[in-house]
Amino acid sequence: MDFPEELKYTEDHEWVLPEGDLVSIGISDFAQDQLGDVVFVELPEVGDKIEVGKPFGVVESVKAVSDIYSPLAGEIVEVNSDLPDSPESINTSPYRNGWMIRIKPDDMTKLDGLMDASAYQAFIEQE
Amino acid sequence: MKKTVLNQVHRDLGARMVEFGGWDMPVQYSGVIAEHIAVRSDAGLFDVSHMGEFEVSGPGAFAFLQFATINDLSSLVDGQVQYSALCYPDGGIVDDITLYRFGAEKYMLCVNAANIDKDFAWLQELEAQRKGNYQLLNRSVEFAQLALQGPKAAAILGALTSADLLSLKTYHFCESDVAGMSMIVSRTGYTGGDGFELYCAPEDAESLWQALMEQGSSQGLVPVGLGARDTLRLEKAYALYGHELSATILPLEARLGWVTKLEKSEFCGREALLKAKSGGIRRQLIGLRLTQPGVPREQYIVRSAGRDVGQVTSGTMSPSSRQGIALALVDTAAASGDAAFSIVIRGREVSAEKVKLPFI
Repeated sequence: MDFPEELKYTEDHEWVLPEGDLVSIGISDFAQDQLGDVVFVELPEVGDKIEVGKPFGVVESVKAVSDIYSPLAGEIVEVNSDLPDSPESINTSPYRNGWMIRIKPDDMTKLDGLMDASAYQAFIEQE
Repeated sequence: MKKTVLNQVHRDLGARMVEFGGWDMPVQYSGVIAEHIAVRSDAGLFDVSHMGEFEVSGPGAFAFLQFATINDLSSLVDGQVQYSALCYPDGGIVDDITLYRFGAEKYMLCVNAANIDKDFAWLQELEAQRKGNYQLLNRSVEFAQLALQGPKAAAILGALTSADLLSLKTYHFCESDVAGMSMIVSRTGYTGGDGFELYCAPEDAESLWQALMEQGSSQGLVPVGLGARDTLRLEKAYALYGHELSATILPLEARLGWVTKLEKSEFCGREALLKAKSGGIRRQLIGLRLTQPGVPREQYIVRSAGRDVGQVTSGTMSPSSRQGIALALVDTAAASGDAAFSIVIRGREVSAEKVKLPFI
């Protein structure tokens, strides 16, 4: 399983990639493996405000429905519009083609509270 | 949690294990969709050793089973299998079963894993009420069961058995040898395609699994878990107990009218079912296909003409058609009406159309 060093990770198994004053968000390799074949993705719309602790989207595998959370509050500036037609990208390329949303966070410093790759790996080994 | 004799085989293959009806079972090996497609195009091997087997034998076996089950045993011949169900006196379903006739005085019932204890206790209760010259045995621990399913199943099995598979018709069985081990070879399954269910001694199960995989892997045979077992049966609209069938659902509501032989003779549940039929069946199981993106799931509300008309009993994204499909138990008026349907997914109505079953 792959956990790129440049990403930050959450306990809900999302990843976050800082890009200037924006961040991209998706779900980790571990999360996609646990879910199994992803068949449906529901994303918010550009301009929507997202809050910490409230789901911004849904990923469904054949067997399960999973809410997706953002670790940062902010405004959606872009969504991966390819995903609804190719939800399997989340399985085959969770960190690149499987990205879900790009947001402008209200407070970038909240990123500091997230896990780096090695801390996340230790976290999932405990789970 | 109970384990089948193949538990370690599944773990060695890297299967993801889940609890199902009190059993620790493989839900997937390589992935649900890949396994599903393999069964439709080539072949798949399932461990279904968790299923239960009861034997009813003796001169009174026929009469007892004719009372205990809803289908008509008199149409069954030696070596034939019959799909049937056990009902309570109020017509609710105890379980759906397959019934094997070995001879006029010897039958085997294959029952759902989660219902083994309940079914056996129920049959013992009927036995206490209807004394007769027959013996009822729970032989579940004496059998492991593998299901070999798919268009290449016959070619794979044919290379390993002396059984005449060309003359073994669907819903028939024989006692034969496979890879040198004796077992029951039944041309039945839960995938809607050609295939076999093999009942062997538990100590032979691992050798049988390995022999089939060795013979079949060059022809596309893969191990298949419960995830694909569910999507395969749902595409063919086969009922699953606890979903389409339960103690509060009548067989006449759940598309089992074809096995409910109300005219055969007295049987448990008959009075209630006759009454329900003459009073009009209130609900019907129908097939719905989403015409917008989404995945219908069990217990989602079904709407038609602005009102709630029922619930989804099983739903999934069909791996074959890549569309959301659902079986739903809905009011008869809605089921036979012309109004459009929708399924409520996370508070939103998603359009669906009623389709002829099976889905594929």
